[in-house]
Amino acid sequence: MNPAMNSAVSTINAGMAPVATPWFFYVLAGLAVASGVAVITRRNAVHAALALIVTLLSVAGLYLMLYAPFVAGVQIIVYAGGIMVLFLFVIMLVNIERSSKERQFNRMWPVGLAAACALMALFVSAIAKGNKLFPDRGMTLPESSNTQQIAALLYGEAGKMGQYTFAFEIASLLLLVAILGAVIMTKKKI
Amino acid sequence: MLPITTLHYLVVAAALFVLGVIGVLTRRNVVIVLMSIELILNAVNLNLVAFSRMWGNLHGQVFAIFVTVDAAAEAAVGLGILIAFFRNKETVNVDEIDLLKW
Repeated sequence: MNPAMNSAVSTINAGMAPVATPWFFYVLAGLAVASGVAVITRRNAVHAALALIVTLLSVAGLYLMLYAPFVAGVQIIVYAGGIMVLFLFVIMLVNIERSSKERQFNRMWPVGLAAACALMALFVSAIAKGNKLFPDRGMTLPESSNTQQIAALLYGEAGKMGQYTFAFEIASLLLLVAILGAVIMTKKKI
Repeated sequence: MLPITTLHYLVVAAALFVLGVIGVLTRRNVVIVLMSIELILNAVNLNLVAFSRMWGNLHGQVFAIFVTVDAAAEAAVGLGILIAFFRNKETVNVDEIDLLKW
């Protein structure tokens, strides 16, 4: 973290109470978990996709509560706007009429459920034992310059490369490979 | 009313992660399995942004953006594979994808 960012954080810390009350958190978290349950239980894949959109939007609300407006915007534009439209298109292409009348859970579902319950027990014990490791430092991040500071980390500033510029280029290469893979995979004859 | 701490966000993220794992392990429809993977990636993103706030710097948010890039690439390739598979076998059930199984 550069010193400019440090001073910006401390000046914002000085006098600004968070606007969102705890009720916002409980409503958004409840909505996210409830529609997450709907995603994995619905018979009709379109209903599951719509429930997933509700989950994504409420997680975007949680990002706003965490002083991350740029990530919230990316979540809404890329996830809810891009990826979910892709999902809905593919659901329309494949035959959902037939698959919604079939058995919804595979034959090994008790094993899968037991494994997921074991994972949940692990999370519960880790959170219960390690809750001293996550102190509430009362940190607030500057919201108005959030996008600018993320851009400084990603692209660099004042002619210098940012800390994540190389990773950013690798990510764009990954997207190029994904585009090529998707096109080749869906072509009938190559 | 208690103030919201990092721990609250970790609990929500753990719940979303476990829901995603249940979906991946028990559902038959490939589309819903891919949606469950999106749930898992969202849980990870929520953790990253919560820790970013806890430490008061932006590195966690940059990592969340990289995870989003990865989710987009994964969805595009996964749905491409699904379309190619559906063209060949006329089904979207994971337990009928068993050509390499003996």
